[in-house]
Order: sequence, then C-alpha cells, then structure tokens
Amino acid sequence: MVDYRTVYTICPFCGTGCGLLLEVVNGRLAATLPCKTNAISEGKLCIKGWSAHEFVQSTERLKKPLIRKEGVLKEVSWEEAIEYIATRLKGIVQAYGPASFAALSSAKCTNEENYLLQKFARAVIGTNNVDHCARL
Amino acid sequence: MDRLRTAVREALLKGEVMGVVGMILEEGTPKPHFFVKERMDELEKLTVGNIRYPLTAILLRIVRSDPEIRLGIVARGCDERALVELIRNNQLSERQVRLFGVACTEEEASTCKCAEPYPSSILMGDKVEPVSDGELLTSFEKMTEEERLNFWMGHFRKCIKCYGCRNICPLCFCQNCTLDEEELSQRGTIPPEIPIFHLIRALHMAERCIDCGLCEEACPAGIPLRTLYKKMREVVRSYFDFIPGLTKEGKGPLQYLGDGKFGERESS
Repeated sequence: MVDYRTVYTICPFCGTGCGLLLEVVNGRLAATLPCKTNAISEGKLCIKGWSAHEFVQSTERLKKPLIRKEGVLKEVSWEEAIEYIATRLKGIVQAYGPASFAALSSAKCTNEENYLLQKFARAVIGTNNVDHCARL
Repeated sequence: MDRLRTAVREALLKGEVMGVVGMILEEGTPKPHFFVKERMDELEKLTVGNIRYPLTAILLRIVRSDPEIRLGIVARGCDERALVELIRNNQLSERQVRLFGVACTEEEASTCKCAEPYPSSILMGDKVEPVSDGELLTSFEKMTEEERLNFWMGHFRKCIKCYGCRNICPLCFCQNCTLDEEELSQRGTIPPEIPIFHLIRALHMAERCIDCGLCEEACPAGIPLRTLYKKMREVVRSYFDFIPGLTKEGKGPLQYLGDGKFGERESS
C-alpha cells in the first residue's frame, strides 16, 4: 500500500522563507509543492524551492567532515575536524592578529546560527570581519 | 460535507478504493492528503475550500508507484477535466479512479473565472453558473501584431525560469521532460532563451490544457499564462473541434498526427 503524505516546511535555500510542502512517497522525498497558504510566498517558488527535495537524498551529499591530507580529501571524525580547525585558527590569530580572520555566514543557516557566528568572530576571535552570502 | 465524508468513508471501508486523494486541514493549513482505511480518524479533518492544489498530479504520482491501485479523488470541475485528459492520454485507467465530486461556490467560480465550476457528479455543493472570461481573447485580437509581440515579450522577459508552470500543471505528465534532458539543456549553462521555453510549452499544452489556471497562480512573475494557453485551446477548438477535458470519448487531435498511420489506426 502506497504511503503518501506532505510535510509543511520552510525552504532551506535563502532567507526569504517561502513555504514548501514536501511530498513523501513511501518514506522518500519525491517532490515539492509550493504552500499556497504561506503568507510569504503565497503559492509561488523559485527554481531552488521547487527542487528543494533533491539534495536531501543526493548521493553526492557530504555527511562527514573532510580534511585534505597529502592533497587528497579524506573523511575524518567530527572530533578530529574540530580539533584541527581550532588549532589552526589559534595559530593564525596568534601569528597574524585577529584582523587576519573573517567569518562568512550564510542565508541557509538559521538566525541563531548566524548570531553565534558573529558572536564567535567578535567575542572569541576579536574581529568585526563578518559577512554573508546574501550581500551578493 | 457530511455526505462527502460518509461517501469517502464507505468507499474505504468496503474496499472499493484503497485510498482517496483530497485536502486535509492540519494546524490551520489545508494540504493535499491521501486518506486511507488504516487512518480513518483523519477523515474528520477532510476539508474543501478555495485553496487548490494539483490533486490529479498527486493521484498520478501514487498510481505510478502502484499501477494496480484503485483510488478515489475529491474532485472539482477542473480536477475532473484533468482526469479526463490523463485517461485519454493513457496515464490512468478509468476503472481505477473513483470521483467524489465537489461543486465550487459562486465565489470560487468567479475568482477562477471558471467555465465549468462543477464535476459530472456532485456530492457536495450546488452547481453555480459558469463564469465567462468576457472579452479576454477578443481584446487581444484587436491589438496589432506588434502590440501583441510587445505585450508577450514584456511578460516573458520577467520570467525567472522557476518552471513552476510545468511543475504544477496537472497535464504535464511526461516522465522525461525535454527541459531535464542533459543533451538539450546542459548543467551549468543558461536554460532555453526567452521566449522559446514559453512558446514550446504553449504548443505542448495544445489539446491538453484544461484551463485550470494553476500555472498562472504559481507564476512568481505574474505572466498571464492562462491567456496564452486559452489561445492555444481556441486554436485547437477552431481547427479540430476539440476542447480538452470536455468529453471522455474520442482521441485528441495530436494523437492522430505524427506517425502517418491515421487510417491504419482507425481500422485496427
């Protein structure tokens, strides 16, 4: 027996916040419909929203952190990745000062994640070099 | 509403259909839904109203994952016209679909300017008068060719190429759309030039468009797509005496054309 349902959500691609209905067939995302009753998008979407179901189950999707070792990207644990980033950031800030660091955030992140990133840049690193992809 | 709900419940209980495509009201949001016997309590949230989704496209999606399924659909006039064309184009079999008809209200018919705001059998609502779109096409015919070209190019230039018109269309049933063919529009390159996409789509809509207007509702750029496809309908009607969605009988004009075997097919 086919199991079909729709799940109401917000488009993950930019900060506009269009309403989507993800069509789920037998537990797999099959398609996207624009949510007609969403006050922001009123039943309209751009091509990214219409394709929002595609990346979720993509085989090309990155699920684990990668570190380039000897020229080749290798899967590593989250612990190793975070340890590596922290060590390198500390080293760079110590050697060249906080102005050598810049944070680029994204409209795809949540408001809270963006808040955290600028807080990290200002309070932890000590720089106002904060920007985001929506400035394009 | 009770009559509709009872009919759907009975059909599910008796096993006449394995599921029914309709609208559900959840958390204040009407959404398309597939009602099944296993979750009969959801029928309490069955809803109808002025929010339209391409229910026949959802029905087709379900049929494609289970071709033998028998299922129902809570259908308005436009949904039934879409079913008629899907059946004519061999995407569905008439036997596997049961219609639970809902007539649109006067307000809905007027918003959609619907020429047939009711299905052939009605379980809910009353037939209201069809609404005419008045002088829509004749007003275009009064324009000079240059004015018309400017009008359409002005609109097509606004297109953001979301392809929402194709995605939401109940009659865009091709499983392999030429727009997705890597040979024709390669990844990372600019998709077809304006107005090629719009005009090719208009041609593809000939003998299919049932004038539901979902494309125009979904267009973020406000292109009057329905007017364009109305003209296609008018051309097809005047040359072939064929109006998509109107009658179940017969073939569509393009089903005869193309392979040069018109006579052969007729005699077989």
